[in-house]
Amino acid sequence: MPTTEEVRADLAEIVNEVAGVPVNDVQLDKSFTDDLDVDSLSMVEIIYAAEEKFGVSIPDEEAKNLKTVGDAVAYIERAAA
Amino acid sequence: MTLRLTAGEKYAAILGLGGYRPRRVVDNAEICTMIDSSDEWIRTRSGIIERRWASPDETIQMMSIAAARKALDRAGIEAGQIDTVIVSTVTHFHQTPAVATTIASELGAKSAAAFDISAACAGFCYATAMADSFIRSGASRYVLIIGVERLSDMIQQTQPWNAALAWDPVAYQATQGDANWPTLKMEGNPVFKWASYTMAKTAAEALDAAGVRAEDLDVFAPHQANMRITDAMFRALKLPSGVVVARDIARQGNTSAASIPLAIEALLESGEAHQGQTCLIIGFGAGLVYAGQVIILP
Repeated sequence: MPTTEEVRADLAEIVNEVAGVPVNDVQLDKSFTDDLDVDSLSMVEIIYAAEEKFGVSIPDEEAKNLKTVGDAVAYIERAAA
Repeated sequence: MTLRLTAGEKYAAILGLGGYRPRRVVDNAEICTMIDSSDEWIRTRSGIIERRWASPDETIQMMSIAAARKALDRAGIEAGQIDTVIVSTVTHFHQTPAVATTIASELGAKSAAAFDISAACAGFCYATAMADSFIRSGASRYVLIIGVERLSDMIQQTQPWNAALAWDPVAYQATQGDANWPTLKMEGNPVFKWASYTMAKTAAEALDAAGVRAEDLDVFAPHQANMRITDAMFRALKLPSGVVVARDIARQGNTSAASIPLAIEALLESGEAHQGQTCLIIGFGAGLVYAGQVIILP
């Protein structure tokens, strides 16, 4: 089972690749839109890449509730368990 | 009894390509006088810096003929040799006769078969497939295909997505707008996802069908719906960094059926792409419809 930090780090790689955000900025308490300047189109890509990377499904109605990096990590951990 | 079959060609080749761009340039600042948006928002969400609006004299017919004459000239073909004219458009607001018939007549392809198709932003690729089929079946020898639009005729100019994207017609449905015509609307994010990923898979199938690997591809010219879609598709296809990518949307906006040929023309004219190179094209649009091919550039 990957640790929370491992999931965060993998997600940070994805956010970096999609939206150019430095990996160290992608911390659990950060809001995608307000802190990391990630727009809705990038979120579509990030969610898609996360589904592929972590082998989980993140339907649109769930994705719209993932406001912070922590929300996304927690969702991925629950979905992968 | 068995009927005699027409004998076709083994291959179909694209001999020449030409485009026409309306005179009037409309930049994001002007768009932002009509909708509540910003140059920054439009550029980052779509990649569009400016687009062209057709003036009243720049009709579907006029633009098609101007572009066709350029293509014929570059192909070294006389209009009289054309035996088939296919026009792909969703903005010719007459049921019949097809605009292809008046275009053929005015060009001087007076005995050509001529018809219109309606396949939104997939139209140019649909027409390419048809031209290829007609030539290889022996039905036609020289086919003129035209992708042409006057999308400003069917857009509600006060709607942010549509106005800013100049006139992204990747719509699920036409709705009754303020104008007398139905106007388009689109659900941006779901369509972005479909275009970026599902269409990337279709594009990969086209590469496979042509026997071209990603690492062998020279040029990528998808329908110019949105720069973000182009980038996402590029990543999803895992194209190598040396592949030339069409980015005409920055200066032209989304021109539906015309976007692929205009984008290719821009690359050829700038020298970024060359005759003989392999080029992956894929169109996708309202319907939802889609088609893609690998072509050799003229």
